[in-house]
Amino acid sequence: MSWLLPIPVVVPLLVGALNIAGDHVLPRRAGDVLAISAAATSFVFSLVIMVDSMQDELTHWFGGWRPRSGVALGIAFTADPLGAGAAALASGLTVAALVYSLTYMAEAERFYHTLVLVFCGAMCGFALTGDIFNMFVWFELMGVAAYALAGFKIAELGPLQGSVNMAVTNTIGAYFVLLGIALLYGKTGALNLAQIGRTLSGQRPSGLVVVAFTLLVAGFLIKAAIVPFHAWLADAHAVAPAPVCLLFSGIMVELGLLAVARIYWTVFDAPFGSHQASVRNLLIVLGVVTALLGSVMCFLQSHLKRLLAYSTISHAGAMLVGIAVLNTKSLAGVATMVLSHGLIKGALFLCAGIVLVNLRDIDELRLHGRGRDLRAATVVWIVGAIGLVGFPYVGSYLGHAQLDEGATLSHIEWIQPLLMIASGISAGAILRAGLRVFRGLGAREDDLLSQQPPEDPPETLRGNPLLIAVAGTVLALGLLVSLVPGIAQRAEYGAERFRDRAGYADRVLHGQPMKRTEAQLPFAVAHTGTASILYGVGAALLTLTVAAFGLWRQRLPRPYLRGGGRILGPPVAALKAAHSGVVGEYVMWITAGTALIGAIWAFTLR
Amino acid sequence: MSVFPYVVAAWICVVGIYGIVTSRNLIHLALCLTVTQSSTYLLLLTIGYVNGGGPPIFKGVKLGTTAVDPVVQSLVLTDIVVSVTVLALILALALNVQKKVGSMDPDEIPELRG
Repeated sequence: MSWLLPIPVVVPLLVGALNIAGDHVLPRRAGDVLAISAAATSFVFSLVIMVDSMQDELTHWFGGWRPRSGVALGIAFTADPLGAGAAALASGLTVAALVYSLTYMAEAERFYHTLVLVFCGAMCGFALTGDIFNMFVWFELMGVAAYALAGFKIAELGPLQGSVNMAVTNTIGAYFVLLGIALLYGKTGALNLAQIGRTLSGQRPSGLVVVAFTLLVAGFLIKAAIVPFHAWLADAHAVAPAPVCLLFSGIMVELGLLAVARIYWTVFDAPFGSHQASVRNLLIVLGVVTALLGSVMCFLQSHLKRLLAYSTISHAGAMLVGIAVLNTKSLAGVATMVLSHGLIKGALFLCAGIVLVNLRDIDELRLHGRGRDLRAATVVWIVGAIGLVGFPYVGSYLGHAQLDEGATLSHIEWIQPLLMIASGISAGAILRAGLRVFRGLGAREDDLLSQQPPEDPPETLRGNPLLIAVAGTVLALGLLVSLVPGIAQRAEYGAERFRDRAGYADRVLHGQPMKRTEAQLPFAVAHTGTASILYGVGAALLTLTVAAFGLWRQRLPRPYLRGGGRILGPPVAALKAAHSGVVGEYVMWITAGTALIGAIWAFTLR
Repeated sequence: MSVFPYVVAAWICVVGIYGIVTSRNLIHLALCLTVTQSSTYLLLLTIGYVNGGGPPIFKGVKLGTTAVDPVVQSLVLTDIVVSVTVLALILALALNVQKKVGSMDPDEIPELRG
């Protein structure tokens, strides 16, 4: 059924074009229905592809340019369970975003739908492609649609800032990726991932390959918002319309990580296989730093969407750690974490949109206690915060548990408490914001939090029931991820396939069918270790502590407050100053970070 | 093959990024981004170059004639097309910044910080 592969990409792109072409002919509602059904088609076919790909690698050669005796000239889409799963999550979230936009973006011009559909098609293409240059093209297309969506409310200054910063940093990322691709092509003469991997296997890592790897990883990590490449994300997420934030946080950032994992396991595992430790150590350090820094910055925000944005940075760091552990268990943990995080964080962004529509503001302190009447939104926000903690069998727990297991297998147990602290702090900040806005708890003033100028609310039809229904559904799906029977085993199977470089190359380049495994994967709720349960409970306790600290900090005895301020004041001020919103500084961080990563790998990857 | 084109490509990339970091004008910044981009053209074309190779057009040419690699040329074309959209978008944003702030200085845009 490999002919299905282009459908999740082609349908949204075509319908997007049709939608804008028929702008003056089609009635408004027809355009809405068309857009939603295109995204839904993409979603259904992505799911079918995902289920199909459990049996075998699906490979579609465009124009029938199949490989001859193992040499690929054509461009291929290849679907494995994790890639197809990412496509399904992307198109599923697009459906949710478009339905939410029926009321939230009711006054938006028609090209809003077109942009969202192009974004959806590009994300699916990025997740499904098996060709590295094709990956760059989807990366850029996804980027262009995203910059335009971030700056959609172009009459305000904030969106201009967010969009310019995102466009410049991510475009530099794309050029890094392209430079890396050019070097790989020069070395191997191939653009197909499987073919490049095959050509490089058995070679010692040369300087050229190290440079190419650095450029590709840095380019994709810019999209994934990993420290020091992360600053654009907070600017862009804070100003984009809520349904667009759902797509940004829910899947776009994670696709950057998927790309890092994909190029490592299809290509660079071959030359670097004997140097796994140095790849692993550097990426784990980057991930842990990102997780902790993101969560601290999250705690320091009072702008609700910017707060959620920093929490996304923190979770992206945890996911990078999961990928960097480089084993099957932890990669499976990343897959389930991406799923649950995407849904729950998406629901929280949608909830922030509901707050903005009803209360005409998005600042936690200015909104103190004003959300008391928004009962449903209160539930979504508080439950969503709990879902992100990693409390046993709730929300993102399964991902954390699998990651723990993987880390234990690789003897790097020290990352678990650090990730627990990160998720505790960021969830605690979200909980604090919710309690302050919806329950009126805590102080009205807090000089620790960075206040931002107000955001103009959208001109919406007052359609609260629909907004709440979408947010609630997305949240409920996210919360259930840890309890779905069989999901853990399937994620592990998918991760095993994802890491199988030789098998992947055989299937793609030689069309070999996969060896049948007779054993049916069980449908059972995953059994998790005691350590993970303890870490989950610990994270929950930390969440409560952090939330209470945020709300009632001023009640601490004066000497403690003054002493704490003296010690923590300067680093906090420095952190805030580093996130200056000036694009030139962000680019400087990117350049310095890339140079540093390259230098470390140049010394260790030989 | 000489290393000279590779050095030039790296130099152009770095110069473009330096321009972006120090830029005081959004249009200047967008053009610096284009400079960085042209380093990718140079690198790709260098990689596909064959000494003494003609253009990769094979109509009416003897079989076995040396030609440069056509793949990198199509990659460059794709790259140009994709990047022009980004350039157009940034210029459109710059126009709106000028309307809103009355200046093109990227240092004056930030509204959200910290």
